[in-house]
Amino acid sequence: MFDKTMEAVALSGTVKEMRIQEALRETLRYEMARDQRVFVMGEDVALFGGAYGVTRGLLQEFGAERVRDTPISEAALVGLAVGAAINGMRPVVEIQFCDLLPLCMDQLVTHAARYHYMTGGRISVPIVIRNKFGTRPGGGPSHSSCNHGAFIPFPGLKIIVPATPADAKGLLLSAIRDPNPVLCFESHHLYGVKGPVPDGDYTVPIGLASVRREGKDLTIVTCGGMVLKVDEAAERLKEKGIAAEIIDLRSLAPLDKETILKSVAKTKRAIIVDEGPIVGGLTAELAATIQENLFSDLKAPVIRVGAAFIPPPHSGPLVEAMVPNVERIETSALRLVGGK
Amino acid sequence: MLDLSKRKEMLGAMLKVRAFEEKLNELYQNKVMFGSPHSYRGQEAIAVGVCSALVPKDLIASYHRGTGHLVAKGADLYRLLCECIGRLDGYSKGRGGKMHMGDLSFGFLGNTGTVGATVPFATGAALAAKIRGSREVAVSFMGDGAMNQGVVHEAMNFAGLWKLPVIYVIENNLYAMTVSLEKSVAVKHLAERAAGYGFEGKVIDGNDVELVYHETLKAADKARGGEGATLLECLTYRWDGHFGGDPGTGYRAREEIDRWKERCPIRRFKEKLIAEGNLSEAEFEKISGSVYAELEEVSAKAQASPLPPKEVEIESVFAEPELDSANLRASPSGRGQ
Repeated sequence: MFDKTMEAVALSGTVKEMRIQEALRETLRYEMARDQRVFVMGEDVALFGGAYGVTRGLLQEFGAERVRDTPISEAALVGLAVGAAINGMRPVVEIQFCDLLPLCMDQLVTHAARYHYMTGGRISVPIVIRNKFGTRPGGGPSHSSCNHGAFIPFPGLKIIVPATPADAKGLLLSAIRDPNPVLCFESHHLYGVKGPVPDGDYTVPIGLASVRREGKDLTIVTCGGMVLKVDEAAERLKEKGIAAEIIDLRSLAPLDKETILKSVAKTKRAIIVDEGPIVGGLTAELAATIQENLFSDLKAPVIRVGAAFIPPPHSGPLVEAMVPNVERIETSALRLVGGK
Repeated sequence: MLDLSKRKEMLGAMLKVRAFEEKLNELYQNKVMFGSPHSYRGQEAIAVGVCSALVPKDLIASYHRGTGHLVAKGADLYRLLCECIGRLDGYSKGRGGKMHMGDLSFGFLGNTGTVGATVPFATGAALAAKIRGSREVAVSFMGDGAMNQGVVHEAMNFAGLWKLPVIYVIENNLYAMTVSLEKSVAVKHLAERAAGYGFEGKVIDGNDVELVYHETLKAADKARGGEGATLLECLTYRWDGHFGGDPGTGYRAREEIDRWKERCPIRRFKEKLIAEGNLSEAEFEKISGSVYAELEEVSAKAQASPLPPKEVEIESVFAEPELDSANLRASPSGRGQ
C-alpha cells in the first residue's frame, strides 16, 4: 500500500473497517453533531435513509428540521441549498443519480459556481451535492450515466470522486467544510467496498490525487469505480513483469496535475482510464495536459480508455461493450510498453 | 397610518430610485456604462414599499431589473454605480455588473441573469431562517416573465410545503421583454397560482407605495409568526423599453404608455401628501433637488474611479475558508455559531 491516504490512516490511530456508504454516513453524522449549520436534504433521504442507504438513521438522530425529505424538484433543491448557504447554513444535498444533475445545471454552474467570483468575493456558497454515478446493467439511459467529467470546465465548482472508504470520509468532510460548491460523485460500483477508515477528524484535501500503487513502467490515471478494474489489470501486468503506477485522481476540480506529471515524468508512458465518455471531458483534458508538459519525455503517445460514445444502454452485454474492462486496459498497457 | 416622517422618507426613496435609473440611462447613452440598463422607471413604489416594510436583517433576492431594489434596500450608491459602469470599487469589483451582485451587509442575497433563478435562493434563505429559528424574512422579487420558469414553481412548492418565511413579489409590468402577459399565460392573474402551493396570493396596485408597504408588512408579520409564504402580484408598468437599446414602443401602444405614466407612483404619492396638507410643492422640490444633486456627486466620483486592472485572477474564483467566516460575520441576523 503506497496510498497517501493509507499513510495518514497509519498515523492517526483508531481505524474501523467499513463500507463506503457507511463511511459517508459516519461523516455526515460526525459533522452534523459538530456543526449545527450542517443539514441534509434530498429525495427519500429521511424516512427511507437515501436511495443507497447513505443517510440511514440520520433522521432519528438529528430530527426532521435537519434531515429533510423533499419533493422531486432537483433544480429548486440546489437553488434552496444556495440560498440557505448564503444565509449561513451548510446544506448537503443528495441528488439520487448524476443523470439528474442536468436538471439543476443552471442553478449549479451558472449561479452557484460563479457567485463567489461574480460578487467580488462578497458571498460564498458552501454547498455539497452528493450523487451516484456509474454505468451498470439495468440502469439504462437515464439512471446510469458517468457525467462527472462534464463539470470540469465550470470555474468555481469543486469535484470529488472518492474510491476508498477512507477517502470517502476524508473528502466528504473537506467538502462540507469547504466554502465553495462541491459535487461529490459516489461510484455505484464502490458502495459495497470495505476498507479501513480513521476515526474522528480525518480529512483528505480536495485537489490532491493519491498514488494507489507505485510502478516504473507506465502510469495509469483513473478515478471512481474504474480503480477496481485498473487494479486488476495492474495485477495481470505484474505477472507479465510490467510494473504499473496507478494514480487515483480523487478530485477532478481542482485537478492535481503535479502528482500526475511527476508520475508520468518517471514512467514516460501514460494511460487514462475513465468510465465517462472518451469524447471531450476528463480523458481529453488529462491527455492534453500530459502531452503539453511532457511531450519530449514520452516514449509513446498517451492512450485514452473510456466509455464508448453512446448513451448508457440497459442490457448487460451492451453495457459491457460500452464500459472499459480489464482486458482493454491490459491490452492498451501492453501496446504502450511494447517497445520497452 | 404611517407617521409623516416615514412617508416622506418613502417619497425620497422613490425619487432616489428614479434618479438612479435616469443616471444609468444617461451613462449608457454617453457610453460610460458597459452593457445595458434595465430601467425601473415607473415601478418605484414596489421596491420602496416592500423594502420600507422590512427590517435591516431581512433579505432580498433580486433580478435583471434590480437596481431599484438595491437602492431601496440601502445599497451604497457609489459602489452600486461603480459596479454598473464596471469599476473596481463596485460591489463585485467590476466582475458582475448590475445583474450580478450580492452583499449581506444590507441583506442582499444577490441577483443573476437567468429569469427566475434567484427565486429558490430567497426560498432557501428563508429555509435557513426556519431551521435556525431566527426571524428574518426573505423577499424574492421577480418579473411576470419569471412565473413561467419551472424552478420558480418548484421553489414555491417548497415554501408552501414547509411554511417558509418568504414573500414572493411579482412586479407585473405586463411584458416579459416584448411579449405581453396575455400571450404568455392562460390565467387572468398570476396570483391565482399561489393557491396551487397552499399559500395566499393577492393582486394589488403596485403603483401605490403605501398599499405595497402595508401588504408587505402583513406578509412579513405572517412569515415571522410561522404562517408561511405570501405571493404579492403588484400591478405596474415599466415606462421605458426592456433594455437600453429598446425604445419600448414597437410592441406597446403609445396610449398605453401614456395612460400608465398618468399613474406615476411618485406623482400620485406627492399629490396625496399635498392634498392632505402634509407637503408643499417647495418641500417636494427641495427633497427632489437634494436627491438628484446626490446622484450627480456620486456619478462624478464613480466616473473618476479606477477600472479593474487587466488581470485574470484565477485564485479568486474559489472562496478561501476565512472568506466564508467573513460571510457569516456579515450575515444580517448576526448568528455566528
